[in-house]
Amino acid sequence: METTEPTRGGTDPAAGPWCDRCGRALADGGHEECAAARRLEPPRFCPACRRRMRVQVLPAGWTATCVEHGTTRG
Amino acid sequence: MPDILDQARTQVLDGGVGLDEAGVLAVLRLPDDRLSAALQLAHEVRMRWCGPEVEVEGIVSLKTGGCPEDCHFCSQSGLFASPVRSVWLDIPSLVEAAKQTAKTGATEFCIVAAVRGPDERLMRQLREGVAAIRAEVEINIAASLGILTQAQVDELVELGIHRYNHNLETSRSYFPNVVTTHSWEERWETLRMVRASGMEVCCGGIIGLGETVEQRAEFAAQLAELDPHEVPLNFLNPRPGTPLGDRSPVAPRDALRAIAAFRLAMPRTILRYAGGREITLGDLGTRDGLLGGINAVIVGNYLTTLGRPASEDLALLAELKMPVKALSATI
Repeated sequence: METTEPTRGGTDPAAGPWCDRCGRALADGGHEECAAARRLEPPRFCPACRRRMRVQVLPAGWTATCVEHGTTRG
Repeated sequence: MPDILDQARTQVLDGGVGLDEAGVLAVLRLPDDRLSAALQLAHEVRMRWCGPEVEVEGIVSLKTGGCPEDCHFCSQSGLFASPVRSVWLDIPSLVEAAKQTAKTGATEFCIVAAVRGPDERLMRQLREGVAAIRAEVEINIAASLGILTQAQVDELVELGIHRYNHNLETSRSYFPNVVTTHSWEERWETLRMVRASGMEVCCGGIIGLGETVEQRAEFAAQLAELDPHEVPLNFLNPRPGTPLGDRSPVAPRDALRAIAAFRLAMPRTILRYAGGREITLGDLGTRDGLLGGINAVIVGNYLTTLGRPASEDLALLAELKMPVKALSATI
């Protein structure tokens, strides 16, 4: 499965219950720092299942792959 | 005792002789109200001894994460609880990265691997990657693969690797606080072999690892002694899960002081803005650095984090009337 995200820094937080930067539950709050940091970082955790993703950063983009939920590009 | 900037004007700007450790320390200790004068002088030195051109480079990670070393700033160490997973880049993606880089007008494309030193699998991947890039993209290929043996140095020369990056990271006296799995001297030995081979030497480090201002000056002097063709200047971007993950980024004025001081220590080197500039200095900092001694940039993304879009840096260079160095000027 492959999805395409137009955002530069991260996947859509609404896509799942987990923060794609720190891997903790979005519902717990306190993710302001994560949101700011994601402008200059690719996602690291799958927002749907919290698995660490295999992330490849290229000069003009990135891909993040969850074994269960597929690849996101930015 | 003469004012350090007066001394630098005569010694560095007029004479082309870099400041020694004491002189660099004096620049790093200048009060805030002298910072703009230091940056202006560093800019004049860069223009006099390097010219207006800016060298543009793109970098890519051939092998990410899972590194056995414990460089305390690095999210790619397999010894820390970093979210970065190990991943290898395939050859078609490597070629695509080179194409993306060349499209920006860059002359340099550096292939990087998070390893102590290359094993046969990595060397094989590099050989195939270099051949594939050469078949499709016109760009200088550099490499950064850690600690090398003499046989590996020889092979990189045979492959036509234009420049080899191996950062000393910080001063010799502070290095054991940052890395314990190998020594500063092991890195120096690789740099010695690279220099002797005829490859261009690229060696810099990271400002803001917890070093004192005296150790920052020591580092600049040690780099000046090495006399590398290029010095990439990084600023700590504290990465989650690493031992330095809770450190604050360098204060912007201290970052700019370091840029001016390193330029005044090394008037002729290619001084490159590398990682951490966005988080340390923001968008305006790129301009300040380019007008304060910097004459090269990494454009686009870094190895595990993202950078400013290349188009923004290129637009800034055009606005500042700083031409991008052409490939023909580097061969």
